[in-house]
Amino acid sequence: MSIDFLMLLKQEMMLIVIIFILMFLKLGKDRSNESYMTIVNALLLANVVIGFFGNEEGVLFAEMFRTNKLMVLEKNILNLGMLIISMQSFVWLKTHKHVPEFYILLLSTMLGMFFMISAGNLLMFYLGLELSTIPLAAAANFDLAKRRSSEAAMKLIFSSAFSSSLLLFGISLIYGTTGTLIFSQIPLHLGNNPLQIFAFILLLAGLAFKISVAPFHLWTADVYEGAPVAVTSFLSVVSKGAVLFVFVSVLYTVFKPLAGAWYNMLFILSLLTIIIGNLFAIRQDNFKRFLAFSSIAQVGFILVGISGSSTFGSASVVYFVLIYVFSNLAAFGVISLVSSITGNESISNYRGFYKTNPVLSWILTLALFSLAGVPPTAGFFGKFFLLFAGAGKGNYWFITIAALNMIISFYYYLRIVKAIFMDENDHPIPRVLIPLMPRLALYTCIAGVLAVGFISYIYDYIHSLSRGM
Amino acid sequence: MAKLAYLVPLFPLIGFLINGLGRKTLSKSLIGLLGCGVILASFVVSVGIFLQVKQDGFQPQIVHLFDFIKVQSFNIPFSFQVDQLSSLFLLIITGVGFLIHLYSTSYMHNEETQHYGRYFAYLNLFVFSMLLLVLGANYVIMFIGWEGVGLCSYLLIGYWFKNNNYNYAARKAFVMNRIGDVGFLLAVFWILAKLGTVSYGDVFAKASTFSTFDVTAITMLLFVGAMGKSAQIPLYTWLPDAMAGPTPVSALIHAATMVTAGIYMIVRSNVLYTMAPTTQAVVAIVGLATAFLAATIALKQNDIKKVLAYSTVSQLGYMFLGLGVGAYTGAVFHVMTHAFFKALLFLGAGSVIHAMGNEQDIRVMGGLKKYMPITHITFLLACLAISGIPPFSGFFSKDEILAAAYEHNKVLWLIGAITAGLTAFYMFRLYVMTFLGGFRGTHDQEHHLHESPSAMTIPLIVLAILSVIGGFVGIPEAFAHNAHALEHFLSPVIVKSADAAHGLDTSTEYMLMAISVALAVIAIIYAWTRFSKKPEIAEAEGAGKLLANRWYVDELYDKIIANPLIALGGFLKNVVEKSGIDGLVNGVGRGVNYAGRQIRLMQSGQVGNYILLMVLSMVLMIILVFYGNNLNPVLKYFSK
Repeated sequence: MSIDFLMLLKQEMMLIVIIFILMFLKLGKDRSNESYMTIVNALLLANVVIGFFGNEEGVLFAEMFRTNKLMVLEKNILNLGMLIISMQSFVWLKTHKHVPEFYILLLSTMLGMFFMISAGNLLMFYLGLELSTIPLAAAANFDLAKRRSSEAAMKLIFSSAFSSSLLLFGISLIYGTTGTLIFSQIPLHLGNNPLQIFAFILLLAGLAFKISVAPFHLWTADVYEGAPVAVTSFLSVVSKGAVLFVFVSVLYTVFKPLAGAWYNMLFILSLLTIIIGNLFAIRQDNFKRFLAFSSIAQVGFILVGISGSSTFGSASVVYFVLIYVFSNLAAFGVISLVSSITGNESISNYRGFYKTNPVLSWILTLALFSLAGVPPTAGFFGKFFLLFAGAGKGNYWFITIAALNMIISFYYYLRIVKAIFMDENDHPIPRVLIPLMPRLALYTCIAGVLAVGFISYIYDYIHSLSRGM
Repeated sequence: MAKLAYLVPLFPLIGFLINGLGRKTLSKSLIGLLGCGVILASFVVSVGIFLQVKQDGFQPQIVHLFDFIKVQSFNIPFSFQVDQLSSLFLLIITGVGFLIHLYSTSYMHNEETQHYGRYFAYLNLFVFSMLLLVLGANYVIMFIGWEGVGLCSYLLIGYWFKNNNYNYAARKAFVMNRIGDVGFLLAVFWILAKLGTVSYGDVFAKASTFSTFDVTAITMLLFVGAMGKSAQIPLYTWLPDAMAGPTPVSALIHAATMVTAGIYMIVRSNVLYTMAPTTQAVVAIVGLATAFLAATIALKQNDIKKVLAYSTVSQLGYMFLGLGVGAYTGAVFHVMTHAFFKALLFLGAGSVIHAMGNEQDIRVMGGLKKYMPITHITFLLACLAISGIPPFSGFFSKDEILAAAYEHNKVLWLIGAITAGLTAFYMFRLYVMTFLGGFRGTHDQEHHLHESPSAMTIPLIVLAILSVIGGFVGIPEAFAHNAHALEHFLSPVIVKSADAAHGLDTSTEYMLMAISVALAVIAIIYAWTRFSKKPEIAEAEGAGKLLANRWYVDELYDKIIANPLIALGGFLKNVVEKSGIDGLVNGVGRGVNYAGRQIRLMQSGQVGNYILLMVLSMVLMIILVFYGNNLNPVLKYFSK
């Protein structure tokens, strides 16, 4: 029993162990930031590798906690994203005073996400969600000297508090109308009860806030812009990915009886999100804000996939998030390097970037191609499967509008590529030297962008896992 | 040996790859050796295959290489068919092709090494494509070769790509061929749609299930393809312009490859054509009209290659006449003899052009007989062959087609015989003005005149021998019983039509021969006496001008097809695209940009506003879910 229990909680245990190691290191003798970060990255790498082995399925603590192969995979994707972000923030953290705290905050957040993904009970789910939000607000304020950073943190905490209250309200109503908080029990008691639908809308709004679905997305741009790049990339990839995973599994299992209600809402929200994300992204000049809005549009596409409500839906979402980890983090990696070394964050400064930084230019271009969905990058296959899943219900108008929006997104992604390669600039961003850690991280991302689409085994594997869900 | 059929196209492909990739590094002699060697190797294999096929009781063999397109039950294999027809064409293509390659090594020797390599690479690819076309066991493989020869002709006609006129000629050839290709493709699709297979064996076995309409349409569409490739009215104008390429290329296009593809394809599909008498009539009439029209044009041309080009168009017309009246063997026979004497004529012309320092106008030639004895004799033999003088090869093949035409319809025969007379006339006009009389060129040119080197004369001699004796494989029934070796050889692949030729009695056949030979002889004597004394140097006038300007067909095409299309293009570009499509696209772009600017106001930076908006949207969502029934029609429209 005891061994089983540890094995089921393996990934959570790993995180806790790492957090404790970091605390002890902090208490011990002073060491340089670089040696500290080497240790952290080694630990995270070990975490990713071990995460893939010896996984079991099972339920613990009266269905509070459950795990299966799909959840393990989802957590591994998040682990991978964490590792890449950590390696990319090397330059930024090198001179920072509070390196251990940064990792402890982010890893605590990850722990919250893991519990949230594995939650089998609405309260457990809520606890995980809170654990994944509160440290994040502190992390957003990590550039203590910058006012914008503090502003971002305040906005994040205020709006999070509001969305949490929505969630709690929803949860209490669900409990009131069904008499249970356990995921496997709730569907049995759901029906056409208006109060249940009301509760569901509250829950949906709370979750929509977390994944910045329009019109609950407004905090995103301000927070993304103000927070340090590492935190922004964590927010837009890891944090969003985790909530998306939960979102899919909650919709498909717990609220399946209300599918009639959420299908229409999902359909409206997704179109709204894509269109608003696109309209905002088209006029942004700050690179981080740009990526924030383009990631809103990406979430809109994910909702398209979810609306298909089939095994294709969940498989395509997990698959897309995996690709999104690689492509978005590659873009963020380049921006993080350029921003921490030269201080440039605006797109117009990237004109003529290719002349001085050919390697970074190609990495950024491939990442943007993948985000836009240009074949043969993985992003194309990701979007293709999302639209394919969304088309499962035969609502081709919907898919057509989504596909037309992809064309609009081409415009703003390719605009940057044009600036990099074709625009003349007398004072381009000077040559940026890439240290080893970020270099490895970027190459990993590009390998993912180029390979994931072609290794059909990956999608087949995810699909086979989601069929068992 | 038939199992080794894949080697025949493989060798030229290897030659193409090595010469094409190594054109900058290999030496000229190596390129020439390789270019000729691979074709010779193919020829040797072809001879082996032919000897096997020639044995009695040989059954057609399918050599399966791999599955080309395979979707569920639908399967197009990449396989070759070795039978009497393909083995004969293999011999012609590789044999004549080899001689032309050999000739080219000397003719093209002044080119830069890099271009020399490019030339031989194209030449090898050309032969490869033609072999693929002939060997393929289904229409799709044939189509690959069909497109391949089209591409190679484009590349070779425009070989001297620095001259824009040559590029236009290449483009014209390509476009004309593409028009025909559409017909071919549609026919293949039609067959596929009706039968679900494109393999010859299956198609011909199931051909009886076609309705009359289907089979007529398919054969007509195939004929459209043949019109393009084999230069028939109305798609013939590319072939005379194709003279822009180097002369050996013309020889290759006119004799061994390319233009014979259309004949081959129709003979291959003879089962279908025999089922479609309407198409046959069209083929015969188009063929005859082409033969006559081209012959009249050739009367007044002054460019040595142009005359030969129109004579090719005219001879191809004969072949189609033969196909149209069901004389498939006769058509193949004429393809073969024509390959010999037309290759010879072109190579001879090349030899003359070579000696004249790239001069092609026969008005400034004359008296070349004494400077270039071998070229002169071989050219004369070829002229006699094409004019249909017995016992040269052209006589037998042309006679067979004319006899079949007579049996079919006497008018066809009459025009055919007159055309034969015209042929004899313009060929001897060419011969006399080039080789007899006194030299009319500049002093420099006269000083430079010489016989060509042996790499050029040997192919001439070999082809001359073939032109003389090539006809003996098809001795008509009237001369000797059962002596038509070719007909006997091809009989397994050609269906016997009800009204097979040789139903004529012997005396009628003798009479027909006598008339056509007499016409030819009269024409030759007339041309000889007229031009040996007083060469035709003045510009043509009156009716002659009409002929010299090729009946103004090119101009007519420009007027009724090209110009309206260009005008339509201009309209689409200036009006539809600029104000219509561009306006729409730019309008959408401006609209999106404007919306983006406006919607940014939502992003105020005030958390209170954000939360207010969230609350409002939730209220909206609640209203939508609970009171949204009225909206349902709209939603249903979008979300089904």
